[in-house]
Amino acid sequence: MQTFRVEGRLLRILFYAIISGMLFGLFFALMSLGLNLLFGVMRMVNLAHGDFVMVGAFIAYVAYTHGILSPWLGLALVIVILGGLGFVLYFPIGPRLTGSYDPEMLSLILFFGVSQILEALAVMVFGNNPVAVGYHVLTVKPVNLLGQAYQPSWILAAGVSVIVILAVYGYLYHTRLGYATRAIMGDREESESTGINVHRVSAIVFALGLVTAGLAGVLSPLVIGSIYPTMGLGLTITAFAVVIIGSLGNPLGSILGGLIYGISLMLMETYLSTWSTMVPYVLLLLILLLRPTGLLGKGVRRA
Amino acid sequence: MPKIARSLWMNGFIGVVLLVVFGVAPGFYANTSILFQMMMYIVLAQGVNVLYGFTGYLPFGYVGFFGAGAYGASLAIQMGHLPGSVAMGVGAMVSVVLGLVLLPLLRLAGAYFAIGSMAAAEIVYYVVSNPALDKVTNGPYGIQLVQSYHPVESYAFMVGALGLVTLGVMILRHSRIGMALLALREDSVSAAMIGINVVTARAGVWLASALVAGLAGAIFAWHTSVFYPTTVFDLNISVFAIVFTLFGGAGTVLGPTVGVVVLFGLYNVIGISSPQYFQLLFGVLIVTLVLFLPNGVVSLLRRRGWDVP
Repeated sequence: MQTFRVEGRLLRILFYAIISGMLFGLFFALMSLGLNLLFGVMRMVNLAHGDFVMVGAFIAYVAYTHGILSPWLGLALVIVILGGLGFVLYFPIGPRLTGSYDPEMLSLILFFGVSQILEALAVMVFGNNPVAVGYHVLTVKPVNLLGQAYQPSWILAAGVSVIVILAVYGYLYHTRLGYATRAIMGDREESESTGINVHRVSAIVFALGLVTAGLAGVLSPLVIGSIYPTMGLGLTITAFAVVIIGSLGNPLGSILGGLIYGISLMLMETYLSTWSTMVPYVLLLLILLLRPTGLLGKGVRRA
Repeated sequence: MPKIARSLWMNGFIGVVLLVVFGVAPGFYANTSILFQMMMYIVLAQGVNVLYGFTGYLPFGYVGFFGAGAYGASLAIQMGHLPGSVAMGVGAMVSVVLGLVLLPLLRLAGAYFAIGSMAAAEIVYYVVSNPALDKVTNGPYGIQLVQSYHPVESYAFMVGALGLVTLGVMILRHSRIGMALLALREDSVSAAMIGINVVTARAGVWLASALVAGLAGAIFAWHTSVFYPTTVFDLNISVFAIVFTLFGGAGTVLGPTVGVVVLFGLYNVIGISSPQYFQLLFGVLIVTLVLFLPNGVVSLLRRRGWDVP
């Protein structure tokens, strides 16, 4: 009887780790979706990805300091601000990079510069200290599910993430622009010769990438906690891990990658907590070395 | 004078100037810490230069070797009770061993290598700083080397390292191996066809640059003598070394040196009092460089037909 009870508790802990890992992972799938889109369409390695997440988080912070205690306004603001910024920013950067001799490498360095700029500006405006965004949902009582209590904030973040990811899928698979986008992912020059306006579509995808990053940023206080200007780099590396686990250049891979990342992180935190910070890096290296095309890769990568 | 001979002579000139300047400067300029760090960054930038300039591998995780060297040397002093000068060799060797372990990274190319090496450096950092290992590395609480503290000797060692590394890059640039590497960087398949051993050449350069970074890290540990894992595994060290190299121009001896002297000098003028302005400037500089001057400042001289050493 005694052993049965202990086993039952162990099983419940395992269950909790897996389900919270899935909630966590869905958020990270959204967080890294933009990175994957940018690489798939433009062969750009956006090293400033995490910093755009940070920008989204601070947009939410500004809304919060004006007395708005739910994330919805932040989400709307991000779509307008980062979407516009992305569309405008593409034209001085994109054509020059995609036409250069080594777009992957040069974009890596260029976006590193962008990340430095964003970080510096954020420090100038908001200071170096972490700030908290106290959404209402953070104070709501935990929800009971299969005998375990889950944070409603995580459920909300995962839910919004699923909606945004589905919307991106709707765009990619059920609109004309989405067809064009996937054509460019397949072969840039070929699609140009069939009359697709490659630069306009790329600019839209660039904006979409920044918007998804920013939306994840608005949700990040729900999942990660307090926000600060230098949070970008760590998020970028996590996003790379997630994207590479799935497979670079295949947006579907982001979801798989996010789930694997979230669940393995939660399992590590449950059973081997001092080593759990290493999870994204170890997963990243293992996948890179053992299966360079990612789990869903179809030879897209030329590593 | 034949072209190669003149270029070699100019290279030697740069090396001698560097040695004299940094050897004599402490007599005139009291802030040896800046001088020391400037030398350290020249050494690191030359290490990045050897790897990126000659093979095209951009090591974002270069700091992993630096930290490994620092910890290797510190543990040799603390646990092996070795004198500082011997411990420097141990530190460099630890870094080379790490390089051997990480050899499979060379299977990756381009951006994947850059990201993979960054992940590898982070893993080394998390292992070294893990509280579970505090019996060996003192975990996150850092290292204190009281028994071997010797600022003058360690400064002299860094001058020596600077001389050796500059000489090494100079020789590499004009040697058969250097030319083979440049051929490899441009087109590895053609290079393999004319008989260059791709794997050995790349592995050799990788280990050499690991050695350089390990040595720099070891001497840094000796000179500073009190540091934390976050100090020696700070990703900014890689980033600084890379940007300095790119700013000057990779693949030359002069480029990284100019990059460090100009940018690190600038950093010391405005970067310490108001780091965010420096960071902003740094970012704008990187973006401008990539868009308008991808081959560095020395390419401006080359465009006018000058031979850049």
